[in-house]
Amino acid sequence: MSYETVIGLEIHSELKTNTKIFCGCATTFGAEQNTNVCPVCLGLPGVLPVINKRVVEFAIKAGIALNCKINNFSKFDRKNYYYPDLPKNFQTSQFDLPIAEFGYVDIEVDGKVKRIRITRIHMEEDAGKLVHSGTTIKDSASSNVDYNRTGVPLIEIVSEPDISSPAEARAYMEKVKSVLEYLDVSNCKMEEGNLRADVNVSLRKVGATELGTKAEMKNLNSFKMIENALAYEIERQEEILDDGGHIVQETRTWDDAKGITLSMRTKEAAQDYRYLPEPDLLPIITTDEEIEEYRRGLPELPDARKERFMEKFDLSSYDAKLVANWIMGDLSKHLNLENKDISESLVTAENLAAMVTLISKGTISSKIAKTVFEQMWKTGDDPEKIVKEKGLVQITDTKAIEEIVDAVIAANPKPVEDYKGGNAKSIGFLVGQVMKQSKGKANPGVVNDLLKGKLDA
Amino acid sequence: MRLFDKPAHVLHDMLVNKEITAVELLNDVFLRIDEVEDQVKAYLTQTRKTALEQAQLVDAKIAKGETIGFLEGIPGAIKDNICTMGVKTTCASKMLEHFVPPYNATVVKKLQTQNPVILGKTNMDEFAMGGSTENSAYFPTHNPWNLDCVPGGSSGGSAAAVAAGTAIWSIGSDTGGSIRQPASFCGVVGIKPTYGRVSRYGLIAFASSLDQIGPLTRDVTDCAHLLNILCGYDAKDSTSINAEVPDFTKSLVKDIKGLKIGLPKEYFVKGMDADVERAIRTAIKKLESLGAEVVEVSMPHTDYAISTYYLLAPAEASSNLARYDGVSYGERVDGIDIVDMMNKTRSAKFGEEVKRRIMIGSYALSAGYYDAYYVKALKVRTLVKQDFDEAFEKVDLIVAPTAPTPAYKIGEMNSDPLKMYLQDICTIPLNLAGLPGISIPCGFTNTKMPVGLQLIGKPLDEATIIRAAYTYEQSNEFHNSIAPLGEDKK
Repeated sequence: MSYETVIGLEIHSELKTNTKIFCGCATTFGAEQNTNVCPVCLGLPGVLPVINKRVVEFAIKAGIALNCKINNFSKFDRKNYYYPDLPKNFQTSQFDLPIAEFGYVDIEVDGKVKRIRITRIHMEEDAGKLVHSGTTIKDSASSNVDYNRTGVPLIEIVSEPDISSPAEARAYMEKVKSVLEYLDVSNCKMEEGNLRADVNVSLRKVGATELGTKAEMKNLNSFKMIENALAYEIERQEEILDDGGHIVQETRTWDDAKGITLSMRTKEAAQDYRYLPEPDLLPIITTDEEIEEYRRGLPELPDARKERFMEKFDLSSYDAKLVANWIMGDLSKHLNLENKDISESLVTAENLAAMVTLISKGTISSKIAKTVFEQMWKTGDDPEKIVKEKGLVQITDTKAIEEIVDAVIAANPKPVEDYKGGNAKSIGFLVGQVMKQSKGKANPGVVNDLLKGKLDA
Repeated sequence: MRLFDKPAHVLHDMLVNKEITAVELLNDVFLRIDEVEDQVKAYLTQTRKTALEQAQLVDAKIAKGETIGFLEGIPGAIKDNICTMGVKTTCASKMLEHFVPPYNATVVKKLQTQNPVILGKTNMDEFAMGGSTENSAYFPTHNPWNLDCVPGGSSGGSAAAVAAGTAIWSIGSDTGGSIRQPASFCGVVGIKPTYGRVSRYGLIAFASSLDQIGPLTRDVTDCAHLLNILCGYDAKDSTSINAEVPDFTKSLVKDIKGLKIGLPKEYFVKGMDADVERAIRTAIKKLESLGAEVVEVSMPHTDYAISTYYLLAPAEASSNLARYDGVSYGERVDGIDIVDMMNKTRSAKFGEEVKRRIMIGSYALSAGYYDAYYVKALKVRTLVKQDFDEAFEKVDLIVAPTAPTPAYKIGEMNSDPLKMYLQDICTIPLNLAGLPGISIPCGFTNTKMPVGLQLIGKPLDEATIIRAAYTYEQSNEFHNSIAPLGEDKK
């Protein structure tokens, strides 16, 4: 039977403020446990929250950039639930009057543009981090809590269920990420949990108007995870429906190692959050004039910049996006590190465009491009010259790679055995070995395919 | 000469004139504590050592010829739900039996700029839930006027200490009458300022939108001085009001000529004690004879104030008290897993009344009941406010009883929480509307129990009720009456 996939995302993004949302503690990632804490974020008896105005500012900017209506009257609410990473046992969040609503972004997948509507954006505080003696809270003899993250400001961006495929979900997440990066309101480091998504997915028969029963997967913090988890979940639901079964409304976790989703809790046992207007904070009043001022102060956003580049440098849509990413990523990183203005950079617009063309033609991989860029930054050289001189051309020749693959398989019987025994993770090690021996020049996609082909045979 | 029974402003003058030293004063209060504290039991914690150091500091200052502030060297006490750095703050709960705050409440910081002598922390109903101080997890406090009676509550320890002379002044908190009602029961002066006048930072929350800190004193003069110290905007409390604080001692004038005073008939409830009513009516006549014009006003939603309060306050409390779960502090009771540990801890360490209110509040906020209870209560709260708004278009202040009865016997109300809740009819509407209210002594019942008169002001207009309270107080001797406790030892 053929189904239509319906996906909605709730993206949590930590905001890049120096201090927490309701107190003056630092938000630095990776600080020694329980050092960025004070009576307020620890929720000690008697303390009161005070809103960090930067958080409101960043949330409004994100709202405007994501084409939302900014609410003139917005308020905080308490979301009550008991969990040891939450010192007050309620999370200060927003319920019925969020800071922004009714937005959208346009995404492009396979050359087609699609509009994904955004339901709302609200502000809230992050929870602490549990460190279990075992693997989960249930099978642990003890757990410790690190409250450094408690009170780090978050915005939650909720989409309408307008997304129809894992690729669209990824494109949407990428778009939101780039907007937040351009605004400079979030570090968007997914590996540090700055940006993570809860994904809702359901299937319905093609042509049906009613939504099917959904499953939710929480805290996916890489694009790959989102795509893989969705692909798996869609297949799982298809199988159930094909067999005449029913989908249970539930929260599932993605086991990245095993590559499967697992039931976490069913909706029947779901919580009643007993929302309560936060009596310790005043409502947030934002006038139309203030909103206009924020709008005028926004930087050029990805879509606008892309169009400008396409026109000026005669680039394809894909290349233009790559260029934009390089500017926002490596180039601005170097500029910041050396405290330079872009006009002082040795990397010319033409050379950067040329480098991106090399990537999209497959001459060099994105990883190798980083090395090329380093050189461009130092010398201002033409990227083609650098690639030739340093012998950095990507090996896409299957024959050449196959030799290395065979050698690696022969030299690593243990990981090979593990992989065959069902440990999907160990292929990562083998890929790494091949990449190492090719000095990073092998095309990782080809390596992966070749290894799988040989081991699964 | 005994000193414990004098108001702070008299003692301040004696210190300034070097008639006494701060240490002499403190030792006299210590002596009084030794004489009567085992009967009154107003204190949960005493801090005698630091109190003595503070007194010595003030004496040194005086010896050097430095000028001293109003409260310097005057011994007082703080309710045990206000955080004092390094001094146990239990909220009279087993849950916080060993909680030593690592920070000071804003009001404590403000007091400290005055170098007062802090005697300790006073008893209260657990988490300020109750009107008799019988809900303390440790022991009940006794009314100095009759040890068989309650001192009122929840600031019962603070009121009893001032009435018994075991503190010259004290700090309390008022969520539904918790300063004014014990002031009335113990024959002292107590004021709940306008919501937002005094910072709540460091006050352990019961119901955040209703809680307010205020002083309990021997007379209105002390009350005005204490307010000057306590009031003011605090950036740490988002609900504190950024308004100018007048010098309240400027309101200590004997003049209420032309003041229009509203008299709400709804506050003279069925079942009101006859002696209390007589005392209140006499006081109103007195106000008239002093030059005020008394007119009837109607507050038609008064009847709904109690049910509104007993939904909103528990709803907020259920959330405020959620943090006491045995995880990061508090007395943990072990369980088979985390949920079991939390359940066992909360079951064992909270008292009956606290648990009752958490249940009511959780219920009122539950899906399916939220609109019927919580939202409706919010709407009625607005109506109660409007009652006052309308009345204050016609009058400058409102006069009413503080409580419908005098202090009752310990244990008398235990079996009937609802009856106890009805006690709050005259005080709760002010908390719902955020208005200031003062309770001052206005006479005695036939059994020689004090009666309190309540004066209610417009928002931020503590000045007018202090003026009226002072004028009335100076026309009688009630504030000079001393609880008969330990009289033979004087």
